[in-house]
Amino acid sequence: MTTRSHAWSRRGVLAGGGAVLTAPFLARRARAADPLKVAAIYTVPVEQQWVSRIHKAANAAAERGDIEYVFSENVSNSDYDRVMREYSEAGNGLVIGEVFGVEQAAREVAADYPDTAYLMGSSFPPDPALANFSVFDNYIQDASYLSGIIAGAMTGSGRIGMVGGFPIPEVNRLMHAFMRGVRESRTDTAFQVAFIGSWFDPPKAKETAFAMIDNGADVMYAERFGVSDAAAERGVLAIGNVIDTQADYPETVVASALWHFEPTLDAAIAAVRDGSFTAADYGVYSFMIKGGCSLAPLGTFEGKVPEAAMNMVAERQAQIMSGELVVEIDDSEPASS
Amino acid sequence: MAAALEILFTASFWVAAVRIASPLIFATLGELICERAGVLNLGIEGIMVAGAFAGWITVYSGGDLWTGVAVAALTGAAFGLLHGLLTVPLGLSQHVTGIGITLLATSLTYYTYRLALPEVTSPPKIEAFRPLEIPVLSDLPLIGPALFAQTPFTYLAFVAAALVAWLLYRTPLGLALRAAGENPDALEAQGLSVTAIRMGAVAAGSALMAVGGAFLTMSAFNSFFFEMVNGRGWVCIALVVFGSWRPGKALLGAILFGAFDAYQVRLQGVVGDAVPYQVFLMLPYVLSILALVAVSRRASYPRALMVPYRKGER
Repeated sequence: MTTRSHAWSRRGVLAGGGAVLTAPFLARRARAADPLKVAAIYTVPVEQQWVSRIHKAANAAAERGDIEYVFSENVSNSDYDRVMREYSEAGNGLVIGEVFGVEQAAREVAADYPDTAYLMGSSFPPDPALANFSVFDNYIQDASYLSGIIAGAMTGSGRIGMVGGFPIPEVNRLMHAFMRGVRESRTDTAFQVAFIGSWFDPPKAKETAFAMIDNGADVMYAERFGVSDAAAERGVLAIGNVIDTQADYPETVVASALWHFEPTLDAAIAAVRDGSFTAADYGVYSFMIKGGCSLAPLGTFEGKVPEAAMNMVAERQAQIMSGELVVEIDDSEPASS
Repeated sequence: MAAALEILFTASFWVAAVRIASPLIFATLGELICERAGVLNLGIEGIMVAGAFAGWITVYSGGDLWTGVAVAALTGAAFGLLHGLLTVPLGLSQHVTGIGITLLATSLTYYTYRLALPEVTSPPKIEAFRPLEIPVLSDLPLIGPALFAQTPFTYLAFVAAALVAWLLYRTPLGLALRAAGENPDALEAQGLSVTAIRMGAVAAGSALMAVGGAFLTMSAFNSFFFEMVNGRGWVCIALVVFGSWRPGKALLGAILFGAFDAYQVRLQGVVGDAVPYQVFLMLPYVLSILALVAVSRRASYPRALMVPYRKGER
């Protein structure tokens, strides 16, 4: 046991020393010449709303020539750390992805590759002891809040239905911000909240939405695929989330809270390039003030939303942008009312 | 309490129950045919994924809806033949092979999906089956809308159930199929081939499973998502036991499960936050297990289920 640990430590010292000596040269060379090698690992297909925003930002950066982008999609959680290792071994400078289901394993991999930077969607705060591992999430509560103001103005029955996947922080905080916005424009709104226990079961999301519409909801908060379809079939309205689906439901989707991953990714790329990458929470780069989220244009609903509501949206947006108004972040599980 | 009971008397609840049950009816019948012939088919979950994709992509590339259903059935039959080949003439473990088929079918589906649609932002939609109200009958209270204001695809599910029951109990082929699962030696003594009957049953059953999957992308929804089958195949395995390997009971079981599921989403709205949402999601499964316990005591499974047949062996 002793000899083994001794041998390991000697090898460790040699390897570590070598890395320390050569790292600055390697880093400088990479900065001067090639675009940064970025690899992404997604647990779902790139069509999924949340991941599609990351994929879009990475493709944009690749087109600009800032990065060289490769990705693996639909990687199961049980396989996630292996793929992380592969990309780390392949010499990628930055690895991005989502570790909501593999928080511990992903951090263990990161500890083994201190020269690779990791930027991962995560429910946990960054760990200062793991300097190459940063976290992000879609903190788009500003835009959700504004979309709520519009929803409150559009509901006739004063009943709003909300169908979510799982009540995890990322979902909860947007629902809360949305509900807060609704209450600003219509104080007596009643909410029906339900979770379907799956990210990808549009038929089930649709059935749940039908049940809410039968129960009187006339505006649906579409957190999952399938909800807008139910709304369209029954002729009620929907509010989109993360992506803009109005083109598919021109008569149904009034407004959407959009997530823009570009500020998050660009900040990470810059940090890796100038060597300042460290354990940080990139969540703030999704705030409206950083350009990380926005309210989609009204499009087909231009002129159909009451003017008072749009004035309130403009006013609140200005307050958010000036820093005067900070939309509260509430990660608790939302409840029906 | 009154509000919770009132749900049962709304037409929309019964419509939803039958709608949710429809894919389960197809897949349960499919599994039932396989098992009646003596072959457990755990490939069901993957075959449903493959069917969901095959039907949808056919319509997306310009085929009409019924062609899509046919292509889904053929895709299912192809996987069924593979499962049959491995488990019937080769006599491999039906459990292991079935799980293998599920893994193969899901992965192959995803691979094909990505080849066909390399660059899409959200999965494209098709024009799915629309509800077709049958005049007069659809005006009956509760039952009317539930049974006669559905999409043609749902009507097909009921037709399939009747057809399978007739085939199993009223035709020589059905007799042979049941014999293959009860007493293959007797079948062989009749000069019929157990291998052929079992292979045919697994292929036909798998075709029905795939059609059940296609219901999800062509009637319940109008687009394909990779994980959308979401365990429905496993539910059908239990429904076969619940129906004690009889098509009529299996049909009722599927509708009962659909009703539990439709009920729990509506109950969430009535009961609200007093109970965590997971309890509601669990409800259809818990009730199914309880029903299974009550029913399966008297269930007699096919005698030769999961027993490979080797000709001349004693």
